[in-house]
Amino acid sequence: MSEANTLEIRHLRTVFHTRKGDLAAVNDVSLTVPKGKIVGIVGESGCGKSMTAMSVMQLVRKPGEIESGQILFRGEDLLQKTPGEMQKIRGDRISMIFQEPMTSLNPVYTVGHQVEEALRIHEHLSKEELHRRAVEIFEAVGIPEAEERLKSYPHQLSGGLRQRVMIGMAMICKPDLLIADEPTTALDVTIEAQILALMKKLRDENGTSILLITHNMGVVAKMCDFVYVMYAGRVMEQAEVFELFRNVQHPYTAGLLQSIPRIDHVVDRLYTIPGVVPNLLHLPAGCGFCTRCRYAQDRCYEELPELREIAPGHFIRCFSTNQELSGKEESHA
Amino acid sequence: MPESSKNVLLQASHLVKEFPVEGGKKGSAVHAVSDVSLTLFEGETLALVGESGCGKSTLGRLLIRLLPPTSGTVTYDGTDILALKERDFAPYRRQMQIIFQDPYASLDPRMNVTQIIEEPLRANGVGKTKAERQEKVFELMDLVGIPREYAKRYPHQFSGGQRQRIGIARAIALNPKLVVCDEPVSALDVSIQAQVLNLLRDLQQQKHMTYLFISHDLSVVRHISDRVAVMFLGKICEVGPTKDLYEHPLHPYTKFLLASVPNPDPTKRDENEVLLTGDIPSPVNPPSGCRFRTRCPFADAKCAEEEPAMQEVGERRFACHHPLT
Repeated sequence: MSEANTLEIRHLRTVFHTRKGDLAAVNDVSLTVPKGKIVGIVGESGCGKSMTAMSVMQLVRKPGEIESGQILFRGEDLLQKTPGEMQKIRGDRISMIFQEPMTSLNPVYTVGHQVEEALRIHEHLSKEELHRRAVEIFEAVGIPEAEERLKSYPHQLSGGLRQRVMIGMAMICKPDLLIADEPTTALDVTIEAQILALMKKLRDENGTSILLITHNMGVVAKMCDFVYVMYAGRVMEQAEVFELFRNVQHPYTAGLLQSIPRIDHVVDRLYTIPGVVPNLLHLPAGCGFCTRCRYAQDRCYEELPELREIAPGHFIRCFSTNQELSGKEESHA
Repeated sequence: MPESSKNVLLQASHLVKEFPVEGGKKGSAVHAVSDVSLTLFEGETLALVGESGCGKSTLGRLLIRLLPPTSGTVTYDGTDILALKERDFAPYRRQMQIIFQDPYASLDPRMNVTQIIEEPLRANGVGKTKAERQEKVFELMDLVGIPREYAKRYPHQFSGGQRQRIGIARAIALNPKLVVCDEPVSALDVSIQAQVLNLLRDLQQQKHMTYLFISHDLSVVRHISDRVAVMFLGKICEVGPTKDLYEHPLHPYTKFLLASVPNPDPTKRDENEVLLTGDIPSPVNPPSGCRFRTRCPFADAKCAEEEPAMQEVGERRFACHHPLT
């Protein structure tokens, strides 16, 4: 463990004990967030991306349980911390923002009250200083008429402003790590662009590392330095962002990218990945994607492919590369 | 295809919809749709795009008389459909259907697939016997790709994509001419979204339907639509053929909207991108003059005083004092 990495997740496994059996929402996931970098986890609903984040925060509720693995935060394993120690780390060294800021803010207090409350927990300040800091925080995240806005209740603010309040609160203690779970999914595009720009600015100014969870490949391409693509609880492909988009090699990632309509060019018919995301209770013994993979062979149903490096820093969990597979298909045709 | 050679299916003129604000000041209202005129041509897909609260869903409902407008007219196939009595409107209603965004909320959880798809058939007296209707339901299930053996299943037993397919089967059961698709793929995962978009396009070609496609997703709109109308705060800013409008937007709002969409290509990152500042103004107190002026970098005194009129250049229409060139 070097100080160069803010977060290192090693072989994390988070399981839900349901009446129908155990399901692994996060299955042997390893992931690194280097200091000052933005790392994306991308995938569709149920792929385990949010549960990975919740595991880091240790906010997994029963019947869920972190079964094994290590979560090294600045070299220390968070899974060895007591609840009290974890409480101190949350909000101070690691902050999290969510998709729907309305549900994370208390509707019966003004946002100013809530920001000051968060400040009070971490810093000993007089009433006047608290207020002054709250105004500063609002201004830092680009909330206009900060003085006035502090007196607003959450419902009086737009979705974009609420998300700015959340980011402001998350950044109070200049955390080492910000976990953002679909932070712009509920927002309109022009507001999304503002919030993403704000997150980048805060990263540049404070050197905060960001773990960004999203389903949107556009957001990944715009924001991230490194990307992990998850499917059915596992990492399917991981690479530096330019490498991934230039040289996508897992059939799932390739299919996902092909199925997105593009704003800058038009295809007659969209590529589709057949079928639906598998039930985590009834996963195939082999590769989780085999039931939907157009290239799947017998081996894929029986044997789980290991993550393997196909180019420097570029890993895929597949027996073949997409290039080999699609090439084979063309020569058959 | 030049506009003159296309048949007009529906024409909306000066539509206005105001919702009174409960408990608000006397006379205060949400100006959801303000003086909108729009033409739908037979067989086309016209997309209505804009951010939340711009009035696009309200406009979609006004066009098919699911909501009464405060003022204005809607002419469908030459008939003023707002002037008709409910009974006389019934045959037109069959021709206009709607697909909703949330496939979880738009299907009755206590009805099985057959009952859901059969409902419009029964209500309109299509199919005399139960067996006849069941056969029709099976045909519709085939069309949208729901296996026949699922006919007795309930909505909760399906995934989001399958539910949307059921909603589509219900909407096309009566062979409508016009379908309002209100954010039909927004709640779906990308891999499922592509399946449903392809289905909508196939059905349109088979059944020669006209779509009003309401969406906030500009990439989806680029893919599916022939023409686009951009709305901002209850007004249409710009209308035009999709390719033209995307490649050469005339209204500043259109340009910023398009530029805000994150492109799934990291080489297209723009570190110096120009962002729209501020939020969408309140539709209760819209700005004077041009409604976009409070966010527009080109706005001047004229924009505050005078509302820009809709101008026409070829197949393009726009309302702006300082159009882009």
